[in-house]
Amino acid sequence: MPELWQLSVSEAADLLRRREISAVELTRAHQERIAQVEGNVRAFVTTLDDQALRDAERLDQRRSEGEQLGPLAGIPIAIKDNLCTRGVTTTCSSRILEHFTPPYDATVVARLHEAGAVILGKTNLDEFAMGSSTENSAFFPTRNPWDLGRVPGGSSGGSASAVAAGEAMVALGSDTGGSVRQPGALTNTVALKPTYGRVSRFGLVAFASSLDQIGPFARSARDAALLLQAIAGHDPFDSTSVDAPVPDYAAALSGDIKGLRVGVPAEYFVEGVEPGVRQAVEEAIETLKAQGAEVGECSLPHTRYGVAAYYIIAPAECSANLARYDGVKYGFALRGEADDLIDFVSKTRAHGFGAEVKRRIMLGTYALSSGYYDAYYLQAEKMRTLIKQDFDQAFEQFDVLVGPTSPTVAFELGAKTADPYAMYLNDVFTIPANLAGIPGISIPGGFSEGLPVGLQLLAPAFEEARLLRVADAFERVTDYHTRWPEALNAKRGARKRR
Amino acid sequence: MSIDRETVDHVALLARLALTEKEREQLKEQLSAILEHINVISEADTSQVPATAHILPLENVMRADKAVPWSDTAELVQNAPSHEDSYIRVRAVRD
Repeated sequence: MPELWQLSVSEAADLLRRREISAVELTRAHQERIAQVEGNVRAFVTTLDDQALRDAERLDQRRSEGEQLGPLAGIPIAIKDNLCTRGVTTTCSSRILEHFTPPYDATVVARLHEAGAVILGKTNLDEFAMGSSTENSAFFPTRNPWDLGRVPGGSSGGSASAVAAGEAMVALGSDTGGSVRQPGALTNTVALKPTYGRVSRFGLVAFASSLDQIGPFARSARDAALLLQAIAGHDPFDSTSVDAPVPDYAAALSGDIKGLRVGVPAEYFVEGVEPGVRQAVEEAIETLKAQGAEVGECSLPHTRYGVAAYYIIAPAECSANLARYDGVKYGFALRGEADDLIDFVSKTRAHGFGAEVKRRIMLGTYALSSGYYDAYYLQAEKMRTLIKQDFDQAFEQFDVLVGPTSPTVAFELGAKTADPYAMYLNDVFTIPANLAGIPGISIPGGFSEGLPVGLQLLAPAFEEARLLRVADAFERVTDYHTRWPEALNAKRGARKRR
Repeated sequence: MSIDRETVDHVALLARLALTEKEREQLKEQLSAILEHINVISEADTSQVPATAHILPLENVMRADKAVPWSDTAELVQNAPSHEDSYIRVRAVRD
């Protein structure tokens, strides 16, 4: 019998339904796991110790009274700290929101409560979800459970590490340019970015509104499917959420991918992809082939423009979205002298935001400023059209596209902090899906020198079920997703010095 | 394309960021380096390409104009750094 914190969502839900375990026991097991490893991992900004136990107790009580509970009743979950939780601080790992307590729940959080999930805590992120390593958190960096000297990726590094380390059964993150999939790849977790509009963004602190999307982290495709099921669907509070039926995702996991047409984009196997990553991905593609998939090469010719277009569009949108932090309505406010309102606002923002956030606000403000709009912002939006057309054409011939999620495995803390653009290049294969609005998933695809390699699968809009079916089929013939990080077994303090 | 100090100062004012001298000098270098990479997008001929601001084919989304209670005022106002009763205090906008 595995430890309770090692169970999958479906296993745990079965045991809970049969009353072989209680929600309180399951929550406690995770809290003990957090106490055991969190000193090394540092995935959480806030843990809800008593509140989580009270929620679990209430669920046990209701179950004992014979009440029919939601599909995730008693399942312990972690939430990225840019998703609003009523009465619980939502910091975005930023000084400017350090003491902000939302007066409402994000729609995804409300839906998780309805489904019966138990929220264990709020996870660390790159400040305002801007970054690829979680080192831009204003509080502390999160570490990768597979090697505590390395980053977990970002920006949802806290959620990724929490699931990888067994601190939470599943977690939510947000993905604007790869912030769910890339940390998923670096921590050996299943990480899904849904189609733009599939999941309500209401209560997700806005970064780049035309790109942001909330997605699940899990340790299997089935668990990711169960979590997506709970959060997907139309929401009148988000006018960009799409009013289309939500399929039964778990029912799509047939294990059958015979005849599936799998495209391999040539542009995703270029210089810069580590040999170990390339090898693992090529082996994974052979595995899909052995399962009956028909694999062929394809081309996404505008891939090389993706990073540039993204680092105009995302900063432009962020510069507008973050204009709301003015020290007046909520958040940090400068105490002390200011000449006038503008001076007060400018000093408040300069104190409250970290270096990367300021950089992106400056970049976006510049790209939108008079005289540069056509050359940058408009040109980037035209590039977005070309990138979307690349995918439209590829999906005429193929059902899914496959390649590496990230060009490298997890890198060492501090390795890329001095060069912003080197950090941006981590997202070269994840950004295009955000620009085109299509869904993408990163799944455990193998290992390179003991570190996880993520396999990214992309599908046409609203084909999340197809992605999950392929991911689940791949899991049936591989064991990568079942492995646990050894680095956490070493006693604290006995960590190897690097 | 590189950014000069005057542009950094102008953009910082537009962005309402009271940056330090050191930050301004750093951003001049960093933004110039980033723009050098980003300029790759000017290579592509896009004269015949329409812009995509948003990937969904959304028309205006309308709902009935009906007021519904939301959150209680006290809960909203308590997040304001400076408040009085149910009002948020702000510095004078003009003298």
